[in-house]
Amino acid sequence: MRIIRPIIFYFLLVVSALLLFFPIIYSVLVSFMNGAEVLSRSLLPSSLSFENYEKVFGTVPLLHYLKNSFIVSSTVMLGQLVVCSLSAFVFAFIPFKGRNVIFVLFLSTLMIPWEAAMIPNFLTIQSLGWMNSYLSMTVPFFALAFGTFLLRQHFKTIPHELYEASQIEGLSTFQFFYKVVLPYAKTSLVTLGIYGFLTTWNMYLWPLLVTTNDVKRTVQIGLKQLQTVEVSTEWGVVMAGVVIVILPTLLLLFIGQRQLQKGLTQGAIK
Amino acid sequence: MNLAEVERVNVRNEVEEGERVKQKIEEFQVVNKESFWKRTKNVRIAMLYLLPSILLFSVFLFYPMIKTVYLSFFLTDSKGNAAIFVGLENYQYLLESARFQKSMVSTGLFVLYTVPTSVIIALFLALLANEKLRGIGFFRTIFSSTMGMSVAASAVIWLFLFHPTVGTINHFLGLFGIPAVRWLLDPTWALISIAITTVWMNIGFSFLIILGGLQNIDTTLYESADIDGAGYFYQLRRITMPMLSPTLFFIITITFINSFQSFGQVDILTRGGPAESTNLIVYSIYQDAFINYQFGTASAQAIILFIIVFVLTLLQFKFGERKVHYQ
Repeated sequence: MRIIRPIIFYFLLVVSALLLFFPIIYSVLVSFMNGAEVLSRSLLPSSLSFENYEKVFGTVPLLHYLKNSFIVSSTVMLGQLVVCSLSAFVFAFIPFKGRNVIFVLFLSTLMIPWEAAMIPNFLTIQSLGWMNSYLSMTVPFFALAFGTFLLRQHFKTIPHELYEASQIEGLSTFQFFYKVVLPYAKTSLVTLGIYGFLTTWNMYLWPLLVTTNDVKRTVQIGLKQLQTVEVSTEWGVVMAGVVIVILPTLLLLFIGQRQLQKGLTQGAIK
Repeated sequence: MNLAEVERVNVRNEVEEGERVKQKIEEFQVVNKESFWKRTKNVRIAMLYLLPSILLFSVFLFYPMIKTVYLSFFLTDSKGNAAIFVGLENYQYLLESARFQKSMVSTGLFVLYTVPTSVIIALFLALLANEKLRGIGFFRTIFSSTMGMSVAASAVIWLFLFHPTVGTINHFLGLFGIPAVRWLLDPTWALISIAITTVWMNIGFSFLIILGGLQNIDTTLYESADIDGAGYFYQLRRITMPMLSPTLFFIITITFINSFQSFGQVDILTRGGPAESTNLIVYSIYQDAFINYQFGTASAQAIILFIIVFVLTLLQFKFGERKVHYQ
């Protein structure tokens, strides 16, 4: 039993990993195949040719879309970190009359699906003149109740005496916030940062609505374009596009997986 | 001392007294002013720090939510301005429309297909990956990988896998003598195809959360069970599942809500077809509002979506803590 048990587990682990990861591995393989190989349903490409990757940049302005996605995702990430940590600090350290009411207000935002509010939001963006602009894809997403609660959870582990002591030492509230609280809660900030970047990079419906030309389009919309332009013929080119789009987030996830898991479960469950 | 002098002293005293009282009052007022300024210090700081969040929530969440309710009572022009008040007619129209009924049935079926499957597979993977084995970190990374996959990329990959001629799945099934399935072309299979894609995308996040829940379980429980000679499945039933129930409840709610919000996979894989069999609620809202410019009925559908999510979240808040076992 002592020897058999790990063997069973390794067997199940390997089989599950192969099944789950197959779509990703296979799209990488297809991205190196030529049209004939795709049609003959080969499992492996005959050579490691980057022809599809060269082609994909010629088909849609993918490099430009990548730049847009990087700008949008990084901006949302930073915006969320600033806005959420400010509000989380209040909920953790500054008591005042009516704080609970505002807390419930934050909680209630969790019950509103973004899709239910998107029609008036689209009209707002139009009237603000934010169509085809980075503003429409970033600013509305800075405030995040989930992020606020995640950070608050971590902030609350700082003893309140430290806050009082810092005031006696003559530190202003803001100094306490950025000199003590933020460095202390670095792990939660990183978790929220990764989460924010991932979700923004992968956003689909909203960028589809607020971009009507190529100038500010993100890679996700680029993929839709690529798929409609190239679909029946050049699967290799389409897959090359897919690989380019998923590479940044997969890398980020592989590097930050442990961190993300630790932070998310703390914030989500408690 | 004569009387007059006494009187003078008294008067002087009174004047002094009066001045002293006046001074005291002033002092008190100053103190009071300060303490009022001090008393509200917290509120002022709090409001300053909360301002960005409250402002953004108001403009991009609360206001649009109210506006959606408002729009759902109107017929609108093509620019989204409310034109004719129709009361509840939009809702009445929806409930009677065969198209909307079909969309609700599809959405219900889709949720039924995706939620249990996603959670069971993720739970299975998390149980595997929670074992203390060499190289387990590698498997954890692989299992969580679909969390980094965007809906567009995932949908394009599965579009290829489901493809009638070059598709890998039918090719693979053919190796076992199973006849080809018309994945995205047959109305019943199309919804299942979308569900498979969604389950695959869900697994990464659910796995990560459930694994976290497993790792939070006190290891001494297992140690004492081991000493008592309890087997793997006995421990799973008696320790793991009860201790994991809050996490499971949380992830079930999240998966429910996410399923109702699915859009990208429909847009890329089937565009709501064939025969509107995959016209899930958000896709239906999108089509009504941004393709047909029927903002009124689209808003009414958005309100229905909101009510569903609202009730689900409320259930999570209300019963999430009571019905499940906490340490």
